[in-house]
Amino acid sequence: MQGLAIQERKESIFTKGEQRNTLTCDTDSISGSVSQRACVYCGARVVLNPITDAIHLVHGPIGCASYTWDIRGSLSSGEELYRNSFSTDLREQDIIFGGEKKLTQAIDDLVTKYHPPLVFVYSTCIVGVIGDDLEAICKAASLKHQIEIIPIESSGFIGNKSAGYRAACEGLLRLIKNQPNPIPPKEKNTLNLLGDFNLAAETWIIKSYLERVGIKLNVTLTGDSSYEQIKKTPIASLNIVQCAGSMIYLAEKLKEEYDIPYLRISFIGIEDTIASLRKIAAALGDEQIIKNIEKLIRKEQEKTWPVIDYYKHKLQGKKAAVYVGGGFKAISLIKQFRELGIEVVIVGTQTGSQAEYQTIGDLVQQGTVIFDDTNPAELENFIIDKGADLLVGGVKDRPLAYKLGTAFIDHNHDRKHALCGFVGAENFAKEVYSTVCSPVWKAIRTGGMTE
Amino acid sequence: MKKDKTGYRNVSENPCNMCMPLGGILALKGIEGSMVLLHGSQGCATYMRRTISEHYNEPIDVASTSLNEKGTVFGGEDNFKKGLDNIRLVYQPEIIGVLTTCLAETIGEDIERMAKEYIKDREIEGFPIISAPTPGYAGTQAEGYFSTLRKIIMGLAKETKKNKKINVIVPHISTADLREIKRILASMDIEAILLPDYSDTLDAPYTKTYERIVSGGTKVQDIASMSGSQATIEMAEAIDDVISPGAFLKQEYGVPLYRIPLPVGLKNTDIFINTLKQITGSVIPLDLSAERGRLLDGMIDSHKHNFQGIAAIFGEPEHVLSAVTLCMENGIFPQVIATGSKTHRLEDLLYESLAESEQDYHIMNDTDFSHIREKCKNSGVNIAIGHSEGKYLTEKEGIPLVRYGFPIHDRIGGQRLLSVGYTGSLSFLDRITNTLLDHKYINYRSTMLQKYYDTRS
Ligand code: SF4
Ligand code: SF4
Repeated sequence: MQGLAIQERKESIFTKGEQRNTLTCDTDSISGSVSQRACVYCGARVVLNPITDAIHLVHGPIGCASYTWDIRGSLSSGEELYRNSFSTDLREQDIIFGGEKKLTQAIDDLVTKYHPPLVFVYSTCIVGVIGDDLEAICKAASLKHQIEIIPIESSGFIGNKSAGYRAACEGLLRLIKNQPNPIPPKEKNTLNLLGDFNLAAETWIIKSYLERVGIKLNVTLTGDSSYEQIKKTPIASLNIVQCAGSMIYLAEKLKEEYDIPYLRISFIGIEDTIASLRKIAAALGDEQIIKNIEKLIRKEQEKTWPVIDYYKHKLQGKKAAVYVGGGFKAISLIKQFRELGIEVVIVGTQTGSQAEYQTIGDLVQQGTVIFDDTNPAELENFIIDKGADLLVGGVKDRPLAYKLGTAFIDHNHDRKHALCGFVGAENFAKEVYSTVCSPVWKAIRTGGMTE
Repeated sequence: MKKDKTGYRNVSENPCNMCMPLGGILALKGIEGSMVLLHGSQGCATYMRRTISEHYNEPIDVASTSLNEKGTVFGGEDNFKKGLDNIRLVYQPEIIGVLTTCLAETIGEDIERMAKEYIKDREIEGFPIISAPTPGYAGTQAEGYFSTLRKIIMGLAKETKKNKKINVIVPHISTADLREIKRILASMDIEAILLPDYSDTLDAPYTKTYERIVSGGTKVQDIASMSGSQATIEMAEAIDDVISPGAFLKQEYGVPLYRIPLPVGLKNTDIFINTLKQITGSVIPLDLSAERGRLLDGMIDSHKHNFQGIAAIFGEPEHVLSAVTLCMENGIFPQVIATGSKTHRLEDLLYESLAESEQDYHIMNDTDFSHIREKCKNSGVNIAIGHSEGKYLTEKEGIPLVRYGFPIHDRIGGQRLLSVGYTGSLSFLDRITNTLLDHKYINYRSTMLQKYYDTRS
């Protein structure tokens, strides 16, 4: 197969039921392979960006900041400061003489102009090379302005997106641990949501479910969060973790330091949404909440299943390919597609872990191709080979799918409709239907001009 | 007149430009059988691929040498070679362009030497590898685009027999614009080498089989023969000689250079057609005259509406210059003129046309959207013309945006908007006029009510 021409890539691909059932993941991308991965800075920025009242300052040349200006669909109920792109815009002379002075002045300018409670300073690749001391600069600026200024070590070349998640978690931890006043006692039936970014109002949807059954959502890390809210993280009695790839590290730390237990949950798909709600109820152990949750599940299902069944009827037997950022999403999507009568025949992630690939391998049918950090040539080959009707991926993959005459679902950070919870399951079914059953596929396959 | 040099500053707020290698990628995508390798860290390549594919709605395969910590400390030559091996294996390109990112330049990678050694090492004498240093910190995509084009010619052009062809070098315009320029050339029976030509590669028709490297693009042998053409027309007025492809052909091979504005608007299109006529002696076909007449007719039809327009125009220098000319010809006053590129030429070039203006205006270079917004605030600006990031002005100041240039990622079809030539200019002008009308009619009743009925409050 031509797409597998790069020998080294073989280690990162396997077909269920054939020989090996493991793969290599979490390694550096291969040079020249056209990896779809983003960088450490990207990972850190994705996680921290939804903090609405922070200044997010990119220390580096302009491009890194241009490409990330307001591209995420995280919504805010308050401040809009996070939607700006701030950069030290390093130039040739800064590369030669160092960017420390410029960074200090940039922080001064921004703090004077916007009076933020919090500044994140992200380092990019060249900052790692020219050796600016971010830590020292942020410390000095912090003292001067009497606000928190947190450096995020996100030089792009020190790893991939996962390293960026880690750097972001370290930043959050610093913020949480720095408590000027004694921490109030934990509150009952109050929890934090980790790893949701309020894309297309998803945090608000989850929050509404929780409130309806009598659970208080203390803070979401980081969807629609603010400096003040994040400071209150320790008062929760439970953490629920959705995007595990990015937040499990923080959840572990919060357990160690503040004795907050955590649960892994996912609000993607009906099955996982129900299971997650029950898990939360069981963990809280409150009879009333358990009852309320069952009631909510019953009510929501009554509304949702007829919608799903309508679409299932149209979609039954179709085949899907999934290539997404993290493992948790891939796992949930496999289950969610089953709810629609669709089998996943190709599945991969950019940053999945060994354990997640294990789960994926257990879930899928024989013959399914599983891969890590794939490239367009492989995607193309497998989509054709397996006859996938539909690809779930990021923006870059969409044109490829379309050129192959394949339907496409955008499961990325800039989508504009919610995909979580019961309402998200309905949206998802509708979107799948709108792309798989569009008349354009018929148009491209039939007819033609006569000679 | 007011100038406003934003220039070097401590912090850039909401950038109006992107970085050099992105322009290099676009230039290379217009060469037949080409593939691009970005030497540096993985993230830059991914970001640029996303940005370009959002605009073009085409797969944009760009490989990266994915430098890691080790490569950064000890040099990236191994990655470099492996990257070239892998893309030759998977894509079988006829030509490879290697660009650098900030990281590769900062650690001092010499891609030219590495490319030479690679060719020797793999015994592929004659295989074209173009290396173009494009550190993002040194310029915007516009400079990256032209300097890469220059490197492509430097790498491929050979001493050739003089011939009757002409070279046409274009800035980053839409694929419809490329096709329109080709149509005009054909209608005048002029044989031209268009560089670059991504009209197919970045706007490929749907076909039953998918090509990893889409057919089309300027042919390598045509570029090699640009040195023998009778003239070069370079539609770029704001660029420095050192990155000008046409200036290189002139210095090195004595090809006469005509530097003209992008043919948008009546005056600029006239310049283009007259230059063609002057060089080749071709007759101007009747159809083209009719198109010109239709543009004039259309300009008259909408002149009163256009007179109400006060514009903010921003983007790459050539786009800005062309839009300013179109606006001026039609009574739309360009009050805020801005580019993220560092160029002093904008002022010089516009000085004459704006000299008589009684109103104040601002020309800004090396600027960002926070500065542009400052100048638009309470200034009467009622229309913005430029790429999609200008949606910021719509959101913050309620100024409607006519999308023009790159990137256009929040509307469909931005890659095939027609704006050049007489026909294109009219369609561009119509887009502007209709946006003014839309805006006027949406607010018309409420404005009147407020202004004349609710006067007591
Ligand atoms: S500015 Fe430099 S480091 Fe940033 S994206 Fe552009 S090339 Fe990469
Ligand atoms: S320079 Fe580094 S941080 Fe910036 S986009 Fe490239 S990989 Fe990411």
